[in-house]
Amino acid sequence: MTKQPLLDVDHLKTYFYLDDERVAKAVDDISFSVYPGETVALVGESGSGKSITALSIMQLINKPGRIIDGAILMNGEELLKLSTKQMTKVRGNDVAMIFQEPMTALNPVYTIGNQITEMLRKHKKMNKQQAKTRAIELLNTVGIPRAEEVIHEYPHQLSGGMRQRVMIAMAISCEPKLLIADEPTTALDVTIQAQILDLMADMREKFDMALLLITHDLGVVSEYADRVMVMYGGQIVEEAPTKQLLRTTKHPYTKGLLGSIPKLEEDTNRLEAIKGTVPPAYDFPAGCRFSSRCPFVMEKCTQVNPELELIESNHNVRCHLYEDGGNTDE
Amino acid sequence: MYKYIIRRILVFIPMLFALTVIVFGLAQAAPGDALTGQQLADPRVDPEVYEKQREALGLNDPIPVQYAKWISNVAQGDFGKSLVFNGRSVADLIEARFANTLYLGIFSLFITIVVAIPIGIYSARKPYSLLDYAATGFGFLGLAIPNFFFGLIAIYVLSINLGWFPAQGTLSGPGMAGFEAFFSRLHHMVLPGITLGLAGTATYMRYMRSEVLDVLGSDYIRTAKAKGMSDSNVLYKHTLRNALIPIITLMGFEIGVLLSGAVITEQVFQYPGLGTLFISSVTNRDFPVVMAITLILGILILIGNLLADIFYSIVDPRIRYD
Ligand SMILES: Nc1ncnc2c1ncn2[C@@H]1O[C@H](COP(=O)(O)OP(=O)(O)OP(=O)(O)O)[C@@H](O)[C@H]1O
Ligand SMILES: [Mg+2]
Repeated sequence: MTKQPLLDVDHLKTYFYLDDERVAKAVDDISFSVYPGETVALVGESGSGKSITALSIMQLINKPGRIIDGAILMNGEELLKLSTKQMTKVRGNDVAMIFQEPMTALNPVYTIGNQITEMLRKHKKMNKQQAKTRAIELLNTVGIPRAEEVIHEYPHQLSGGMRQRVMIAMAISCEPKLLIADEPTTALDVTIQAQILDLMADMREKFDMALLLITHDLGVVSEYADRVMVMYGGQIVEEAPTKQLLRTTKHPYTKGLLGSIPKLEEDTNRLEAIKGTVPPAYDFPAGCRFSSRCPFVMEKCTQVNPELELIESNHNVRCHLYEDGGNTDE
Repeated sequence: MYKYIIRRILVFIPMLFALTVIVFGLAQAAPGDALTGQQLADPRVDPEVYEKQREALGLNDPIPVQYAKWISNVAQGDFGKSLVFNGRSVADLIEARFANTLYLGIFSLFITIVVAIPIGIYSARKPYSLLDYAATGFGFLGLAIPNFFFGLIAIYVLSINLGWFPAQGTLSGPGMAGFEAFFSRLHHMVLPGITLGLAGTATYMRYMRSEVLDVLGSDYIRTAKAKGMSDSNVLYKHTLRNALIPIITLMGFEIGVLLSGAVITEQVFQYPGLGTLFISSVTNRDFPVVMAITLILGILILIGNLLADIFYSIVDPRIRYD
């Protein structure tokens, strides 16, 4: 990948100031890039900071939370330096986002058509008629039958899967260069999940977008992602191309995640979920944030938080086990 | 929708019927009648005279008979004659008062909406700001101070001491017309209007604040922002309409609250509306007037609730009546 990155997140920190003593370090010094057209998966347990990373890129962090440091470059333009008004021209237009909960993500009091056309009218400066025609096209593109009627309907008249299709139609309406999808299928039926993911993959190809896919389903990762970033405790702990990461998993946390997917063909007794729970973001253990749960914990781990280091080509790991390119047998 | 409205109106009829039965029964259960007061005031008159009048007015008939007479007349649009005001027809007596109360109610509701909704929105957008705290303080005061007490203070300060507003009545002088009369009316309504709307303003302000805060935190607002909608679009298009849904439901009941508040407020300001008439009619046992006012208030409250339901279904597409 010698291309220029589309999105460049550099030492991003987003903290939540909960009260006088407690600061939740939801995103704590994260750096990564997304290149044009690629699908990057962001995985990690609940509370690891995936959504906050995405919302930080969109600059949609609310009250006690604040982006306190770092840079976010989109095609070389520093988003954190934009004014509120300039940022509204980036959202939905250059970067679009789809959320987890399709049932509540659409405004209940406006028609589907209204909610799609308002974007086209704002970003593409279309008139009412053009926007309407385009909205119908978009609904057809995302596989919604009777699109001419659906634009006059309200969200409550559609099923969850249909609503998520509407969200996708809205997201691609202004042909963004980057689409962020935050667990877009978690709330849907298993049968619908694959359809929605396939649709997003199609749209990514058709509109030549990059896709940042947030999920905790490693099955989804292996099928759709070119590259994977594993997050734990507000930091990236492992990052590599998908095949490489799955074949030569390095970080004990990633191994744990992979171990916690039950495999039908294997003996289910071997299912080794990660012991314990994610520590709260305001109370990480000293040293490595995973040290409190890591089966390979060493003394050093409880004292010094390791750096994210390149240990093989394209493979970054944050773990003392691999320091100095060292190899360990487990 | 039309079917629903018609069905609702049909349901009104038995409700109003029950209302009149109850009020009629209660009124009759109270000791004395319209002539008792006159009798006490002038004991030299032969009691026989009053007894004859009672017989003539039908006041000695059994209560069910009196009720039957009354309701059949009402069904024909005849509310009867006042027993006190020299036999003037009830309809005549109420007409002018009704308009006054209606103006006062509308004026007060207008003040409530114009003050409460923008302040509520501001408080929600800038929670814990100075103005939000001020509004909260005002809200508590507004709810805690009884109407009559606030009215008296308003009269004392704004009318007697500062002389800005008249303390009573509806017009400054007889023979006013056109714009002059309109403004004089408005001028007279300021103090009673504010007094009457005080509690409502405080309530709606708090409601609006919490509704807007609630909606601002919802998923679809995050979607609207993620779509690149401007702050004002997010607030005025996506937030406001959703935040108003519960407020509108509340407004339906507000008509009843305003009317019952009007009884006290009108008394304090000696404002010639239905409220003052109602109180004097009750004290004078002028039952035809009492019954007519009760019926009108009942109808107004039911209409208020129906209007709220209709508005509700207009604002919220999830609500469909059929
Ligand atoms: N509004 C908030 N107020 C306070 N802390 C918050 C808030 N939102 C997030 N956090 C903190 O940020 C951490 C990361 O949250 P985030 O939503 O990014 O997790 P996630 O990885 O998306 O998890 P999930 O899989 O459940 O969506 C949380 O553990 C929490 O401590
Ligand atoms: Mg999340």
